[in-house]
Amino acid sequence: MSVELTNYVTLSAVMFFIGVAGVIVRRNPLIVLMAIELMFNAANLALVAFSRAWVNNAGHIFVFLVVTVAAAEAAIGLAIVVAVFRRAKNVDLDEVAGMHG
Amino acid sequence: MIPFYVLAVLLIASAVFTVTQKSPVYSVVGLLANFLVLAALYFTLNAEFLGIIQIVVYSGAILMLFVFVIALLSSGIGPFAEGPNRMPRVAIPAIVTTAIAFGFLAFGISHVPLGVPVPHATTIGPVGNANVFGSVGDFGVALFTVQLLPFEVTAFILMVAVIGVVLLAGDAAPQRTHGSHPKSRLKSADREPIVKAGR
Repeated sequence: MSVELTNYVTLSAVMFFIGVAGVIVRRNPLIVLMAIELMFNAANLALVAFSRAWVNNAGHIFVFLVVTVAAAEAAIGLAIVVAVFRRAKNVDLDEVAGMHG
Repeated sequence: MIPFYVLAVLLIASAVFTVTQKSPVYSVVGLLANFLVLAALYFTLNAEFLGIIQIVVYSGAILMLFVFVIALLSSGIGPFAEGPNRMPRVAIPAIVTTAIAFGFLAFGISHVPLGVPVPHATTIGPVGNANVFGSVGDFGVALFTVQLLPFEVTAFILMVAVIGVVLLAGDAAPQRTHGSHPKSRLKSADREPIVKAGR
């Protein structure tokens, strides 16, 4: 009995929803960004597993693209955090409500 | 089969550790463990290049960015190093909603025929050999021939990110006052504003 694709996809789903819970529950912007990284990585895991199951490296290319997007997102997200902190001296996402969100 | 379950447990444990820590520094450590375990998982799935990219880009670059931002923002200011500590009011409903959503997804997964066996990488092929699935050579050949457009889109995304970061956080100087200086008024009058957004 070998590991099946279901196991990988389920693992990916569990990790994705840990990230979702982190984004919704946590109020520290850095931890929210890290939870977003978790979600990106969960998607990557599913893509690599599918790519391995049907021997086709298009999934690898897609993961490459996702890694780039994740890097860009982290850089811009952290720049926004720095800018907001410089303005408001505040890091609680509930209290950063300048746009009345 | 055993490696998969060991790695899966480590992956989920480090993900939970990342999300539940009070201080972002501990979260970074948890995330580092998560990325390393994920890289190991990629190696078992024959994705050599992606495993290395995972370590270099995520553990090397992105996590360093997080650490630098934590260091930058928490210098001299106490609360940031710890972060907001209280449990928000939405915590319980949010976790319940997330669990329900996960239930739907798990139901969907269990009803899709995904019983395809995923072979573990027994022997990793020679690095750079284009005939071995997932090797650096195989990946590179695909990236530079068939998938050239995604590669160039990647370069474009990185350029956009660099410009955005410089615009957002690059200027630490105080707000510029337009037109206060006659020379600057002259300068700003005879050229189009490149970026209208005020900093």
